[in-house]
Amino acid sequence: MTVIEVRNLRKTYGDTVAVRDVSLTVEAGEIFGILGPNGAGKTTTVESIAGLREPDGGSIRVLGRDPGDRSLRDDVGVQLQESALPDKLTVREALELYASFYPEPGDWRALTRELGLGEKLGTSYAKLSGGQKQRLSIALALIGNPKIAILDELTTGLDPQARRDTWDLIEGVRAAGVTIVLVTHFMEEAERLCDRLAVIDRGEVVALDTPAGLIAGMDTEQRIRFRPSAPVDDALLLARPEVRTVRRHGSQIEVVGTGNLLHAVTSVLAVNEIIAADLRIEQASLDDAFVQLTGRSVKE
Amino acid sequence: MRVFAKLTLTELKLFLREPISAFFVLLFPTVLVVILGSIPSFREPSADIGGRRVIDLYVSIAVVLTLAMVAIQVAPAVLATYRERGVLRRLATTPVSPLKLLGAQLAMFGITAIASTALVLAVGRLAFDVALASQFGGFVLAFLLTTAGILAIGLFVAAVVPTGKAGSSVGTILFFPLMFFAGLWTPREVMPGVLQRIADFTPLGAGQRALGDAMTGSWPNLLSATVLVGYVAVFGFLAVRTFRWS
Repeated sequence: MTVIEVRNLRKTYGDTVAVRDVSLTVEAGEIFGILGPNGAGKTTTVESIAGLREPDGGSIRVLGRDPGDRSLRDDVGVQLQESALPDKLTVREALELYASFYPEPGDWRALTRELGLGEKLGTSYAKLSGGQKQRLSIALALIGNPKIAILDELTTGLDPQARRDTWDLIEGVRAAGVTIVLVTHFMEEAERLCDRLAVIDRGEVVALDTPAGLIAGMDTEQRIRFRPSAPVDDALLLARPEVRTVRRHGSQIEVVGTGNLLHAVTSVLAVNEIIAADLRIEQASLDDAFVQLTGRSVKE
Repeated sequence: MRVFAKLTLTELKLFLREPISAFFVLLFPTVLVVILGSIPSFREPSADIGGRRVIDLYVSIAVVLTLAMVAIQVAPAVLATYRERGVLRRLATTPVSPLKLLGAQLAMFGITAIASTALVLAVGRLAFDVALASQFGGFVLAFLLTTAGILAIGLFVAAVVPTGKAGSSVGTILFFPLMFFAGLWTPREVMPGVLQRIADFTPLGAGQRALGDAMTGSWPNLLSATVLVGYVAVFGFLAVRTFRWS
């Protein structure tokens, strides 16, 4: 069952086109990821789905309704990238207040335990760390027992342990039947959590598939890293048709190419009586797929 | 209604957690009455002001001071901060309309203004024998008109300033001239004629005059009432037209 349907979404701010043409559908019960570099239009897309922005073109249906329909607010929980609370509001007050907004709120005590906020209930918002603010923001998005949760940059600002705990929580929420739309620029997060991913670049969907499908859809490219026992001239390696690029990271050489790349590299080394130490063959990752799709790293 | 009550209560708690604004809104007007009332000559009838005592005048001025603190010192800063920090936007994603939060804030402003005014009147009556508003209906009307007039200006400021800090600066800049014409430094009764005439057309000058009328037993004069209604209409309209949620 389709719970979110976006067709040819377009949104401009003055002369700037934030979203050029985005179409996607999200199915009930899945974790759907929206991945893209900064400024690609991810946030504008989810804010339009959440009914916070009026699209300039295209159409959006959420649970069969228009995003502006106020009845959707009971069913859709939103965690905004920059959402603040008043400085002097305590964690407990924020949770109790937001719980009172919904017809059937969840158990905020259980949520705070899962999010590791149990000991911060009496702390005012201003005194929370960045990670704690983020976790409170997630709790507030989930407190109304939503059918759909839209989470923008879920784990930004969290330390690695808190990030993994949050992923466990999100998987638990999905297991309870909630559909999740996740905006992220963490590849590891997208690969671990998402059933399907839309890669957005320059306001357009450039790919939409499972994480494994995105990786498999790339040109089959291999990557070999090693530390040579003596200097190697790049040209010797590049002379082989299998080799596409040669890059150096300190004393390490990284060769990228196709076909029987390993054989090509080792024979060049053997001829020149060079031994390759720490030799590793790397498989393509979602990171590589992303770079290939958008022409840049997600961190740029 | 339950949500509205909870929001209002939350806003009240947050207000009380800002000790400086809470002091200036809730206690400072009464402190002013106590200080002025402690000066013996201010408790003597004076021919310059028509046989009344200075302290009699300052009770209504302290009431206006309360309203000025709430409406142009506190309101623009709080509302603009909420917008700047995305509190209103965050609320827009929940079943509760941000309008309800605005309503709760207005309720909180009203409750604090009424509490502070009651304290001013009680201390004026008990400590310095200042007559309670003998025309009570007139006092309530003057109080409501003054509150609405100055709050409309405060809301307009909140609508146009970019940040909470800017809101509080603009509020402070407006505060001094407006309170000057309300007679904080020189009561209307001893102002030169020209200044009196100007004061009649300022929101707090008109408000203070209307409140003063009610304290001495008459209904607010028509000019002050008309001026205040004018401020409500003009600034209320501008505030609604220019207000942004994010």
